[in-house]
Amino acid sequence: MKLPFRIQLTRRTEEIPKWMPLATSVGAVVAAFIISGIVLWSIGGDPIRVFGFFFRASFGSWGAFSDIIVKATPLILIGLGCSLAFRMNMINIGAEGQFYMGAFFASLVVLVPLVPMDSPRVLVLSLMGVMGILGGAVYGFIPGFLKAKFNVNEVITTLMLNYVAVFWNNYWIFGKYSDAGFQMTPTFEKVAWLPRLADLAKQYPVFSGITLHLGVVFGLVAAVVLWLILKYSRWGYEINLIGDNPKAAEYAGINIARNMILVMMVSGALAGLAGMSEITGVVHRLQERISTNYGFSGVIVAWLAKLNPFVVILVSILFGALIVAGREIQPSGLSFMIQGTILFLVISSDVLLRYRISIVKRQEEIA
Amino acid sequence: MSSIGQENNFSVEMHDIVLRFPGVLANDHVNFTLRRGEIHALLGENGAGKSTLMNVLSGLYRPESGTIKINGKTTIFNSPKDAIASGIGMVHQHFMLVPTLTVTENILLGLDEPKFIMNLPKYNSKIGELQEKYGLKVDPTAKIWQLSVGEQQRVEILKMLYRGVDILILDEPTAVLAPQEIDDLMETMSALVAQGKSIIFISHKLNEVQQVADRLTVLRKGKVTAEGIPVEGLTRTQLAELMVGREVIFRIEKDLKETGEVVLEVSNLSAENSRGLPAVKNVSFTIREGEILGIAGVAGNGQSELVEAITGLRPCTGSICINGQELANQSPRAGMKCGMAHIPEDRTGVGTAPNISITGNAIMKNYRQDPISNGWRINYPAADEHASGLKDLYDIQAPSVNTQARKLSGGNLQKLILAREISCDPKLIVAMQPTRGLDVGAIESVQKLLLEQRSNGAAILLLSEELEELFELSDRIAVIYEGELVGQLDADQADLNTVGMMMTGSLRSDE
Repeated sequence: MKLPFRIQLTRRTEEIPKWMPLATSVGAVVAAFIISGIVLWSIGGDPIRVFGFFFRASFGSWGAFSDIIVKATPLILIGLGCSLAFRMNMINIGAEGQFYMGAFFASLVVLVPLVPMDSPRVLVLSLMGVMGILGGAVYGFIPGFLKAKFNVNEVITTLMLNYVAVFWNNYWIFGKYSDAGFQMTPTFEKVAWLPRLADLAKQYPVFSGITLHLGVVFGLVAAVVLWLILKYSRWGYEINLIGDNPKAAEYAGINIARNMILVMMVSGALAGLAGMSEITGVVHRLQERISTNYGFSGVIVAWLAKLNPFVVILVSILFGALIVAGREIQPSGLSFMIQGTILFLVISSDVLLRYRISIVKRQEEIA
Repeated sequence: MSSIGQENNFSVEMHDIVLRFPGVLANDHVNFTLRRGEIHALLGENGAGKSTLMNVLSGLYRPESGTIKINGKTTIFNSPKDAIASGIGMVHQHFMLVPTLTVTENILLGLDEPKFIMNLPKYNSKIGELQEKYGLKVDPTAKIWQLSVGEQQRVEILKMLYRGVDILILDEPTAVLAPQEIDDLMETMSALVAQGKSIIFISHKLNEVQQVADRLTVLRKGKVTAEGIPVEGLTRTQLAELMVGREVIFRIEKDLKETGEVVLEVSNLSAENSRGLPAVKNVSFTIREGEILGIAGVAGNGQSELVEAITGLRPCTGSICINGQELANQSPRAGMKCGMAHIPEDRTGVGTAPNISITGNAIMKNYRQDPISNGWRINYPAADEHASGLKDLYDIQAPSVNTQARKLSGGNLQKLILAREISCDPKLIVAMQPTRGLDVGAIESVQKLLLEQRSNGAAILLLSEELEELFELSDRIAVIYEGELVGQLDADQADLNTVGMMMTGSLRSDE
């Protein structure tokens, strides 16, 4: 049995309008909510009420909104790092491990301690930032070097190194630096806490209880810097060239091996900074599960943002909202379902950019 | 076949076809007819709209307006499958075969025919019969990777014949073939029409068109400039004029010039191919300022590896000196610093980055230098200016410098590469197959540009499979056979016959 019509994809021969990529992505997000609504309805829920609650739980108050930004902060940094690597076709899915290593290195400043804990706050935090960046960069260097020198698949190495980092972290928090046998270190001194808006509550009472911390500024600055690099710098040109045609890049005299290592290090450094920001801004100690899969969500954020630094910020906020709302709603899997549907639809919506879809009636069979 | 078709003389009638791409009218009210049992040549410069027209006929594109009649019956194709169902099959320039499968397996791919059990011997003999009928010799049990390019092409043709195709479209079938293989193909084509098939033959090469075609249609900038005129009696000059729209000079004037200092000195150079087998064996030669050394050879005799070793893209042993500086096993960057320009064989795979703009491609070699580079930053306004300067000077046809490279036709892409390489004011130009696949107009300008550089004192290493081109451009000719240079001759003393024999390994100059 054949349908009387068929859906036909024709390759677009014309230039697509500038607004179209954005429109299809937004359309895909909307469609994801509609599909999730249908699923909700089919199991007896009221989609309108659920989404209304969802929205209030995430954007309904300054406190909730600040929570969203706090959740979005590591996603922004990791998403940026992944976008950079993906631009060069380096599939870095090791942000989770680089995040842990960044957090670990940064903690050393307090745990060893590398500087006396009565040093100025600026010094302690700057040093922690540098250590976080260094930890992530070193951890990005390993797969970058293996890929550049021995052509080892970075998907495998980055993935596996994630587990190593988690267990490495566990070793130190269970063993050497454990707080009375719990799987966490003692809470850091206040000099190692990133400033929060709540700190200003004495002067400005509106800020009381607002958890937003300085880490988000790291994310915003990183986005601008990355955008400048990709759009205007020689290095950005080289990255785009390698990403588009590595053979042409080699022919143009670009050292591909060096760039592979460099890009993986910067990508790791951003994830490491995210780790530092999370322990100094939110957790205030090194412990188990400091990341709720930020490293993997960051990969998704990068793809959804189509590797554009500014869109990474927007997508991270959307994901932050889903995480925050997910806390307030039962079953909590709902926000994961929406996340998954969004990812699926946004990535498939690319087809619309490349093909025109039309429905045609079947021709009579041609003799 | 439908009953109307019997009275109709035409297998294909395309009428008033219009198709637009961004910024270009690729087919501007094109008419095209194919008679049953004829070879109809379709000529035109790169980007003239030939491939577009044939993609319309084979169901890949749908025209904006116009009608297609097959055997007198109006049809609309929604996919290549529809086209094959009505007897039209296209053999593309780039083969679509699975290298690890056998000939028979490749032919059966995509058919519904062996429902469940693969009875290979049965199909082998079926394909054998087909070969017998049309004289297309190739072992059905051989794997594709074991076959020469010419044999692979025969498999593509067999694939179409097996599907019962009556109208064959051959898209520049000779571009990839060696001279002997071209002769074989011509015979095959004659055999096919003798059996009642019709052939559309897309080509750039005027002599081949004259050799096999009955009628020809010429496209220029999307429009038909000659519709179905008989080939007989046309001269080569007339043909070229129809294609290019102006007179084309076939003899190239080459000024006599004293050569200067040695620029490139290669001694005892050896290199391996990607499979680790020796590909270049102990090669030595020199090129002086203002001299073109042509290297002749059948494809796959070590030319690619030789060029890659010289340009720093492949490890090697031996010595490569430019103006006294050793470059063997150095990076491509080192060669560029010594004034080496490289026109690669693969202009889409190596020479350009497809999704990057013309500007981005134009600055590939000089983005590190003033005024394009401005410290850590690239001065994009200056880069755009540089690119549009090249675009105007070398007549690169594109809507703007922001156009992506993949949207350029082969000829324009090659002009972009040449423009980029020459703008760096090179002392040595390594050019591999610089005119392959280009139309006469583009060939003429590429050759002129190379000779201009020669007059400016550049040393040029030219590798080409077109003997005629080598003879016209080169001052000296060397022949490469199985990775060895088997002879070096002065161009005015060399004759086609000697070089041809050297190319096939049946003669060495030192014997």
